[in-house]
Amino acid sequence: MTVTAVRKDPHRLTLTVEAEFDASVERIWQLWADPRKLERWWGPPTYPATFTKHDLAPGGRIEYHMTGAAGDQPHGYWDVLDVEPPRRILLRGGIANADGTPNKETPISTIRVSIEEVAQGRTRMSIENVFPSTEAMEQVLAMGTEEGQSQAVSQIDAILAEEIIQR
Amino acid sequence: MQIAPADFDPLFAALADHTRRDIVRRAISAEEGVLELANHYPMSFAAVQKHVAVLERAGLITKQRIGRRRVVRTNLEALLVARRLLDQYEELWRARIDRMNELIAESDGAIDTVETKGSKR
Repeated sequence: MTVTAVRKDPHRLTLTVEAEFDASVERIWQLWADPRKLERWWGPPTYPATFTKHDLAPGGRIEYHMTGAAGDQPHGYWDVLDVEPPRRILLRGGIANADGTPNKETPISTIRVSIEEVAQGRTRMSIENVFPSTEAMEQVLAMGTEEGQSQAVSQIDAILAEEIIQR
Repeated sequence: MQIAPADFDPLFAALADHTRRDIVRRAISAEEGVLELANHYPMSFAAVQKHVAVLERAGLITKQRIGRRRVVRTNLEALLVARRLLDQYEELWRARIDRMNELIAESDGAIDTVETKGSKR
């Protein structure tokens, strides 16, 4: 297990995941910089990703699609806002139409990647996801999964009924 | 490995108090303002106002204008939905990081093969 920290902020709709790898900064960087490597981890085995455009430079663009068993192909894109090889990437994007153009009806989220050496041959990667809305999260999650349900008031009562946490 | 529960502190700390849980429960129907809410509790208006402020900071309630009145409305549902979605998103990234690890281990193997077995070819 290499995930070292997970921070969730349900108010700001932000998720940060930190992981450490026994590998050099350069090798972790390549997981993002090499589209053939990127597509081997981006999508789950049931929804493998294919990157059709991968210009990892400031102002550049990344386009991909995922392919489900039923042949469905959700598309996504990232605008590359900032890059500082081999340490930093700032992406903003969302769901795309089949031709790769942004689907303007769906919200945009950002991903900030930071890569740093913590010891010789040990590298920490931090990934911060910021969502504009819960709808945005639902839509991203719906790519490659079949999740996304809302909550009933009865469940709220159940949670309130638990005498939640005394510190 | 540490999964920081501290991040939920504002939420859980806000709900850790009996009076605040009761306010959240009452505010689900969004019928009362702070003044009306305060009548339910054997404490000063200022004390209730403080509880309401804590809940508001935690995002659990909002004050909403209805006509001339400002009522307190529970916002818990949105937060719970957000939390569940963040949980799912965490799973998504954990799975990705597992795959990254496999990929790194795989190329480690490839380097080993070249370095240790290459001479045997």
